[in-house]
Amino acid sequence: MQKSRPRALPVRSLVVGAALVTSLAATGCSGGSKASGGQADGPLVFGISADPTQTIPWLSTSTQSIQVLGQIYSTMLNTDANLQPAAGLADLPKVSDDGLTYTFTLKKDLKFGNGSALDSQDVKYTFETIMDPATKATSASYFASVKSVEAPDPQTVVVTLKAPDASFVSALSNVNTSIVPSDVPVESLTTKPVGSGPYLFESRTPNQSITLKANPGYYQGKPGLSGVQFRVIADEKAMVSALRSGAVDMAVFDNSVTAKTATAANVQVSTVDQLNFHVLQLRADAPALKDVNVRLAISCAIDRKQVLDTAALGAGKVTGPITSPAFRSDPDSRPCPTRDVAKAREHLAKAGKPGGLTINMITSQGLYSTAVNEAQNIQAQLKEVGIDVKVETLDSNAYVQRWLAGDFDTAIALNGGSTDPNTMYARYFTSTGSFNKVAGYRSASLDKLFAEGKATTDPNQRKAVYAKVSQELEDNAAWVWTYTGNLYVAANSAVKGFEPRTNGDLSTLWKATMSAS
Amino acid sequence: MSLLFALSRHPVLRRVLEALLTLVGVSVLTFVLLRVLPGDQITANYGIEAGALSPEQLDDLRAYYGLDQPLVGQYVNWLGGVLSGNLGISSTSRQSVLDMTASALPTTLELAVLSILIGLALGVPGGLLAASRPGATRDSGSQLASLMALSLPTFLVATVVSTWLANTFGWNPNGEEFATLAEDPGLNLQQMLLPALVLGISIASPVFQTARASVLTIRDEDYIRTARAKGVPSRRLQWRHVLRNALIPIVTIGGLQFGFLLGGTLVIEQIFSIPGIGRQVLLGLNQKEYAVVQSTVLVIAVMFVLVNLATDLLYRVVDPKVRAE
Repeated sequence: MQKSRPRALPVRSLVVGAALVTSLAATGCSGGSKASGGQADGPLVFGISADPTQTIPWLSTSTQSIQVLGQIYSTMLNTDANLQPAAGLADLPKVSDDGLTYTFTLKKDLKFGNGSALDSQDVKYTFETIMDPATKATSASYFASVKSVEAPDPQTVVVTLKAPDASFVSALSNVNTSIVPSDVPVESLTTKPVGSGPYLFESRTPNQSITLKANPGYYQGKPGLSGVQFRVIADEKAMVSALRSGAVDMAVFDNSVTAKTATAANVQVSTVDQLNFHVLQLRADAPALKDVNVRLAISCAIDRKQVLDTAALGAGKVTGPITSPAFRSDPDSRPCPTRDVAKAREHLAKAGKPGGLTINMITSQGLYSTAVNEAQNIQAQLKEVGIDVKVETLDSNAYVQRWLAGDFDTAIALNGGSTDPNTMYARYFTSTGSFNKVAGYRSASLDKLFAEGKATTDPNQRKAVYAKVSQELEDNAAWVWTYTGNLYVAANSAVKGFEPRTNGDLSTLWKATMSAS
Repeated sequence: MSLLFALSRHPVLRRVLEALLTLVGVSVLTFVLLRVLPGDQITANYGIEAGALSPEQLDDLRAYYGLDQPLVGQYVNWLGGVLSGNLGISSTSRQSVLDMTASALPTTLELAVLSILIGLALGVPGGLLAASRPGATRDSGSQLASLMALSLPTFLVATVVSTWLANTFGWNPNGEEFATLAEDPGLNLQQMLLPALVLGISIASPVFQTARASVLTIRDEDYIRTARAKGVPSRRLQWRHVLRNALIPIVTIGGLQFGFLLGGTLVIEQIFSIPGIGRQVLLGLNQKEYAVVQSTVLVIAVMFVLVNLATDLLYRVVDPKVRAE
C-alpha cells in the first residue's frame, strides 16, 4: 500500500502571523521618530552613554554627572574660550599682595531655582562642606590650601589661604565646586537637585532620562531652549542611529570612527581637543623599573605617533606631560624625541639588562575605547628591544583597585588634565601627594619646583617653573606620555549658537537654540 | 526526618522544596560571586579619586555601605530584608529595588511574551512544514535558514538592522524615550518590534529543530499508522494525533526559552535601550550595587522557577500519561 504523505499544515496560520508582524511594522512606519530638529527652541535631547551616578556636585566624577550637573548648577567662576578664568557667579577675585586673601564679589540678585537668594552664605556653606573630611568630596583637594572662608556681607566672600596657591582660582570653574543652597538638606539634593544653572531639574527616570526645564532667571541671560533632556543610550551605534534619525539632537563621542558614521546631512560633527592625556605610567618604585636607564629604554623604544595612529587612528596629537594650554609641554623636548631603538638598547645595557627584561602592564577595556589597543601596540614596540611585556586586561573595577594599590609595573591610563599644571600633577609627583604611591616617582627638586609654581601668580615665572617640571619628568622617564585625543561633538543641524569647547565642555549650551525645519 | 521524607514523596511539595533550595542556592552563589569580583561601591562611585580619601574616610564609607560587616551578617541582613519585602535601596538613584523591579519587570515580560510568540509562530509551523517533506527542498531550505538564524549573533543582527532602518528610513523609535504599553501603546509596540523580532528569530531556530525532529519521530509511531489505516482524515491526523503528541518537547523548549527571556536579554536591552530586568542587573553590576544585583537576580530565579512549574502543569494538559501519573 502506498504510504500517503501527511499533508502539511495549512499555511493560513503562517499568513495570519505574517499579517500581524506586517501591521506592527506599518504602525511603526507611520511615525515614532522626529525627522529633524524637533520643535522650535527645544527641548533639546542630549544623548549620554550612562546614567549619572552622582547628583551632588562635590561627589561628581563621571563625565555624565558633570554634563548634567553643569546645566543645573553654577560655579563661582567660568572659563572663556581660551580656558582662562572668567567671571561667573562672582567677578574675578581681588588678590592681596601677599597672595593669601582672595576677595570675591557676587553678582546682584542671584537666585536658586527654588526662588531663594544665592548669596555669600551659600558660597561659604558650599566651600566649607567640600572641605569637611566627613563629606568625602572629590573636589576637596582643590581647597587644600584654604584656611578659612568668610562671608562679611551677602555679596562678598573672602577666602584666606594657608600659603599662596596660584592654582586655587582655576578650580573654581569646575562643576564639582558648584554652589548649592545652604537651606536645602544635602540628602534632598540627591533626588531633587536645586541649582542656579541655566536649566532646572524637572524629573528623572533612573537609567533612562533626566529632564530639565529652562531657568528664566539664569544670571547670564535667558536660556535659548525650553529645556534639555539627557537621555541614556548605552550603545554607541544606537546613539549614532538616534542622532541620524533626529531622536537625539546632541552627543559627544571619543571615537573618531563613530564620529564619522554620525556625520550626515542633518548632523554636524565638531572636533575639539582634550586636556586629558593618554600615558604609559611607569612606576619607578617597582623593582623592575627602579633604574632610570630601564625607564629611559622604554621611553626611547616607543614611537608615540605610532601609538596614536594605531590606537586612535591618528585622531589627536603627541603630547608631553603638561597639557594646560598656557603651559603646554613641547613633546619633542625629551631624551629621545623620535624612536631610537639603538639608544634604548644602550640604556638597557647600562642598566645591566642587555638581554632585556620582563615587566607587567595593566589596562582595561571598560575605561575608555583605546586602552587595549594602546597596550598591544606598546607591547609590540617594546618587544623589538627585548622588553617582554605581560599585558593584563582587567575589568574596570579590578583595574581601579590595582591602580590605586600601585600593584603594577606599568599601567595604560587616560588621566585628567587641567588648565593649571599644579592641579594636574602636584598630587602625583610631590612626595606628599595623595597619588604619589601610584605615580612612583618623586624628588627633592620636584617638591621645590611645585612649591615655587604655587607661590607665584606671575604667569611668566610659572611658565618657567613648569617647563622645568616637565623637563625633569621627561629626563627621568617618570612616565611615557603618548598623546591627547580628540572629542567629537555631534549636533543636529537645527541646533544653533552652541560653541564647542576643549574637553567637550557644555558651558555654552545655555546659548543654544533649535529651529524647527 | 520521616516527615521530611514523607513531604519529599509528595509530588507538589517536593517541587516546592526543590524550588526553595534552588532559590537559596542562587542567592548564595550570587552573593559570593559579587564579593569575589574586584572593586566595591566605593571604587565604583569614586573611581581613582578613592585614592585621595584618607583611611578614616574610607572606613566611614565602608560603614555607610555596610561593607564593614562580616559576610554572613551582610547576607543574613539582606535575606531578612527580602523575606520582609524589602529588596534594598539603590544608593545611586535612592529608589527602592522593589520599585525599580516593579517598573522593569513588566517591560521584560512584554518583550519575553512577544518574542516567544514570534519564535513559536515561526518555529512550529516551520518545523511542521519541513517535517512534512523530509529531504525535499522545503526541508533543506528551512533547515539552512534555521542554521543561519542560530549562527548569527543576535547583537550583530540587532545592530545592523536597526542602523540600516535608521539611516535609510529615519525610523528609530528606540531612540525616543521609552514608553510603556500603558503610556503610549503605539510607540511602545514600535519600540518592541525590532527587539522582539530579533529575539523571536533566535528562538525560532531551536523551536524549529525540535518541532521537526519531534514530528518526524511521531509520524512513524504505530498509532499514527493505525489512525491512518482507520481512515482518519489527514487534517485531523495532523492536528489531533501528530501535533498534539509532538507538542511535549516543543512545550519543554518553549518553556526553557521563555525562562531565559525572563532573565532579561541584556545585550538586546542595551542595544535598543529597553529598560528591562537585564539592564537593571548590568547597571547594578557596573555601579557595584550589591542589593540591586542580588535582589534582581533572585527575582529572575523566582520567575524561572515559576515558568518551570507552569511548564510542568502544561504537560498535564497536553499529555494524558502525565495526568494519569
